[in-house]
Amino acid sequence: MDPQTTPTGEPLLSVRNLSTTFATETGLVQAVRNVSWELYPGEILGVVGESGSGKSVTMASIMGVVPKPAGKVSGDAVMFEGRDLLTLPPREMRKLRGREITMIFQDPMTAFNPVKTIGHQISEAIRVHDRHVSRKAARARSIELLASVGVPSPEARYAQFPHEYSGGMRQRAMIAMAIANGPKLIIADEPTTALDVTIQAQVLDVLKLIQAETGAATILITHDLGLISEMSDRVLVMYAGKVVESSDVFSVFGNPQHPYTLGLLASLPRIDTKLDSLLSIPGQPPSLTSPPPGCAFHPRCELSRGRSECWTAEPPLVQIAGPTEHTTACHFFTEMETEAGRVSIKLGVDVRSKGES
Amino acid sequence: MTDDLRPDEEATDRMDGGPYPGTPPDQTDWDDSLPIQSPWRIAWRRFRRHRLAFGGLIFVLVLVAIALLAPILAPQDPNVVDVSASRNPPSAEHLLGTDSAGRDVLSRLIYGSRVSLTVGVAAAISAAGVGTLLGLLAGVAGGWIDAVIMRLVDVFLSFPSLMLILLLVAVLGPSVATIVVVIAFFEWPTACRIVRQMALSIKEQDFVLAARATGSSRWRIMRKHVMPGVLSPLTVVATLLSAGAILLEAALSFLGLGVKQPQASWGGMLEEAQSLTILKEMPWLWIPPGAIIALTVLAINFMGDGLRDALDPRQQM
Repeated sequence: MDPQTTPTGEPLLSVRNLSTTFATETGLVQAVRNVSWELYPGEILGVVGESGSGKSVTMASIMGVVPKPAGKVSGDAVMFEGRDLLTLPPREMRKLRGREITMIFQDPMTAFNPVKTIGHQISEAIRVHDRHVSRKAARARSIELLASVGVPSPEARYAQFPHEYSGGMRQRAMIAMAIANGPKLIIADEPTTALDVTIQAQVLDVLKLIQAETGAATILITHDLGLISEMSDRVLVMYAGKVVESSDVFSVFGNPQHPYTLGLLASLPRIDTKLDSLLSIPGQPPSLTSPPPGCAFHPRCELSRGRSECWTAEPPLVQIAGPTEHTTACHFFTEMETEAGRVSIKLGVDVRSKGES
Repeated sequence: MTDDLRPDEEATDRMDGGPYPGTPPDQTDWDDSLPIQSPWRIAWRRFRRHRLAFGGLIFVLVLVAIALLAPILAPQDPNVVDVSASRNPPSAEHLLGTDSAGRDVLSRLIYGSRVSLTVGVAAAISAAGVGTLLGLLAGVAGGWIDAVIMRLVDVFLSFPSLMLILLLVAVLGPSVATIVVVIAFFEWPTACRIVRQMALSIKEQDFVLAARATGSSRWRIMRKHVMPGVLSPLTVVATLLSAGAILLEAALSFLGLGVKQPQASWGGMLEEAQSLTILKEMPWLWIPPGAIIALTVLAINFMGDGLRDALDPRQQM
């Protein structure tokens, strides 16, 4: 994959000031708070963050599958090829889903209906969008798709039920279903979390190849930084429903500009050196019913050191001077260089990955 | 490792025409010869292992055969009155004796199975049908529609239904059709509750979200995902409903509100046992119909239990 450090041309997807809230018994949960970002054709965008940082909800909001009536999506626009997905009528939106924007779910066991054959469900995904496709043609196409994602003996496998597939194969079938209608955008929501490590590698290979072949832009949601560094062109770091840092993959890993990103990097186990202990980010993710004032990360931030800006003013997402598009939401990002050095000394190894990645 | 060879070979010959020839194949071993384990096939295997349930099924099947072949099997016309041969005990000519009007008890028993089975099946299907429709509507639509339907269910379930059934049958006039309609009218809430419950739980499943993400409409999701999931508990409910309907029909006929005389029905035959002399001295008039009602209901209930166990996905056998 060629790293596209500077994306060019018109974005395929442009999210502008998107917010999603859920009305619950304990109050209004602000799952996504005013995020804006862009996705360019053909690129892989990695979205990282802890559980509850709003990664999945953002994607559900784009797809228009946020559970109603508890969930409410608002924002300026979500532009996809000149159409605003937020104001698109339901019927149009339905046509878009599964054809131009598709999704790969985290757990392929539950994302397939257990009482229907895998083949039937892939055929269904095709026939939902084109009623003129005969059952036979849909079947042939599904078998072809199963073969293309490396499911052995696809004809026989077509007629099998999800429980007869292995975990890795189910996820392959899920990928087959996602590419059935030649999508322009694939959203993969933690596609390998439910799989064990050896199978993860296989499925990722499949995903990579399919992405390269179809040229579909891909959003990869994960909390696995290794996966992001391996797969994506650009990275979006989310925390408490906000984007806190975004850049190309090399800048984020080599030159993190937000203390949260640095914390994530420092907490990774390393293969190159022996560490006595891993550094963890202290505290817990904040409650999204009443997010901390100012910067949502300040209660856990090592860089803040109690400075009042951190809890009085919300840091805007600013562009950092440099050759690449790199934004961060931290008041003191200029101190990140020394902070990263401090953490590296504490850890005994440089957390920033330099050079080739 | 020789095991790894097979999928590789297969993959290469299938991969040729594929659009993405480079994709590495999955390495999982798999025995081609195994039959496909469809959920219904698994359920059938489990059901067969359930002895009582399987016995119940055979009993019911035999009964259905008897009902269908009644004209051939019955030794006499069930409705021929022979006053000279009133209340005769079992003999070679009348294997189970004759009733007060001199009609052959065995023949009437055989013809009576038609009424009981018709009522059982028809009432259960209608009740389950109405219940499913309203239950799906309540579960999928939610909101005020759900509230209205469920309050209606509560109202129906809190009524002493036998009294109302008696009243309705008395007003509408007794016949098989009336009984079916009236039973269905009062028994749908059970099915409705279960279907709604299932619909609500299926609605929250990931595969429904996946179907939405694939662009399926609400109606399509209901048809393709909710309905099949509802089917298995519904089968169990319908089975148990039909046992209940057979009992109700018998009770109505016993009270003289069932099918019209002279048509034979098991409950109607029991009507004779309202007299103390018959109860005490002529057991051939009431033991056979009483026993057959009990056995039929028991057999159907066993079937229901077996189905419940067989269709329960949490049970691994």
